[in-house]
Amino acid sequence: MEAAKINGAVQEGGAVKRRGQAGEIWRRLKKNKMAMAGLAVLVLLILVSIFADVLFDYNEIVIKQDTSIRLQGPSGAHWLGTDEFGRDILARLVHGSRVSLSVGVIAVSISLVIGGALGAIAGFYGGKTDNLIMRFIDILLAVPSLLLSITIVSALGPSIFNLMLAIGVSSVPSYARIVRASVLTVKDQEYVEAARCIGANNFEIIVSHIIPNCMAPIIVQVSLKVASAILSTSGLSFLGLGIKAPTPEWGAMLSGGRAYLRNAPHLTLFPGLAIIITILALNLLGDGLRDALDPKLKK
Amino acid sequence: MSKYIVKRLIMLIPVLIGVTFLVYFILSMSPGDTATMIAGEGAEAETIEAIRKEYGLDQPVIAQYGKYMWNLLRGDMGRSYLTKRDVFTTIAGAFPNTAKLAFWSILVAVAIALPIGIISATRQYSMVDNVGMVAALLGVATPNFWLGLMLIILFSLKLGWLPSGGMNGWQSYIMPAITLGTGDAALITRMTRSSMLEVVRQDYIRTARAKGVPEKAVIRKHALKNALIPVVTVIGLQFGGLLGGATLTETIFAWPGVGRLLVDSIKSKDTPMVLGGVIMLTITFSVINLLVDILYAFIDPRIKAQYR
Repeated sequence: MEAAKINGAVQEGGAVKRRGQAGEIWRRLKKNKMAMAGLAVLVLLILVSIFADVLFDYNEIVIKQDTSIRLQGPSGAHWLGTDEFGRDILARLVHGSRVSLSVGVIAVSISLVIGGALGAIAGFYGGKTDNLIMRFIDILLAVPSLLLSITIVSALGPSIFNLMLAIGVSSVPSYARIVRASVLTVKDQEYVEAARCIGANNFEIIVSHIIPNCMAPIIVQVSLKVASAILSTSGLSFLGLGIKAPTPEWGAMLSGGRAYLRNAPHLTLFPGLAIIITILALNLLGDGLRDALDPKLKK
Repeated sequence: MSKYIVKRLIMLIPVLIGVTFLVYFILSMSPGDTATMIAGEGAEAETIEAIRKEYGLDQPVIAQYGKYMWNLLRGDMGRSYLTKRDVFTTIAGAFPNTAKLAFWSILVAVAIALPIGIISATRQYSMVDNVGMVAALLGVATPNFWLGLMLIILFSLKLGWLPSGGMNGWQSYIMPAITLGTGDAALITRMTRSSMLEVVRQDYIRTARAKGVPEKAVIRKHALKNALIPVVTVIGLQFGGLLGGATLTETIFAWPGVGRLLVDSIKSKDTPMVLGGVIMLTITFSVINLLVDILYAFIDPRIKAQYR
């Protein structure tokens, strides 16, 4: 009873402190103009993907074919032109943002959960467990991640879920290593010892004390990895291993435009720009977060 | 030092076993019957059965894997299911093409990245620094397959200056090397800049300036040499990655390298070819990492002392 009370008080205190920390981080982040620009673009992209159906009807505009207006350049009616089936490119890019962002976020979540768990266990328990897990991670690391994704997707068959899984699994090693390194630095801190003294078990210690205290490098890595997951998705779709037609996906749109490079370069130009803007925004935010979370690193 | 090298090479063996097992296992999960695929469309049931027996495909995956590894130990990587050609010969034929492209790409990357990175750091927040860093950010964000296509549109289709694909003559290297090199250049530039920034604030740089060493010599002899270690690591890792075959770039430019070979093999479930490629990749990548570690010792005498 008494222990539970103390435990509650400790956690409450932690929550207050964490809120304070978040405020401080936000204050530092706000000063970084580039990071705020990245954040603004990202918020806009998320809003666009949420309201994609309001902006363009999926069945009537995004996937409906009309060959009478195929391969048209940008005009008043079709701001970014039309593709080889006469579909509006802007509408497809807007709906494609849904696919790209969700694949990026879910793939990263998969790798974060698997990699994070492996890294936390390896770092916390050490010894043989650590050795076993990290050797497995070494094996995953020895295969280039794009190649591993290609192998997994071609084995499981191309679908959105398999794509997320493939990209997620291939970035498990980086999370495992980051989380392990962070766990190693915090596991001998006094507050972990204190938690153990008041009777917390290993699982509680890892989840409520160790993980919250190694969030900084993980948050930075997440923002950067969502970007590379989006790049990998478009790369796999480009190779024909990604999302199947007629679902609009940026990489698949780019790949579809390859046959019309000479006469209709806008088919490849605009999806590429959409990818670049998204990745740029995520990277700017990621860099900004790194500086805000760790003022020591800021020059 | 040699003890360390031998130890690192021995550590490669379990990794190789793990990697081949992992890839074998994943490939065995793929849908479709391998024997039917080898026999080709419209083959009779008996032919398919015979092939299944001949290739040992009727056995459990673990037995197949065991047999593969046994043959590998005796230096036999098997034959391609598709082309029936020897796997080792095919990969050995494609590897030099990938290596040549990797060499020119990393050269492009370093030629762009080092000067910009150094100038950016020595003149922080100047025009060169700002433009350089924006360019580097754009370089990281640009998918190289898109850049490749844009180069093809401009230089092959519109201007007609360069061939759009294949490997004929020095002209055919330009676009693939730029496509691959600029992406790597972005990373190397950022690393050079941040590493140099850290070093130029050190006391020994102030000392060098204070005793009247010319600025050029301070940068070249005192700062650059100390800043190079992380830069060399990045260059080494990028080069290792390039040797692994730039899958997408090789596909776009129809480059007859390992990357394209591997993707085609994975797509057509050509297990022996994929395994051969993956083994080659793992060895190359590990050897490059080892070489980078050895290179440190040459750049930094402090590290060399540790090996003794």
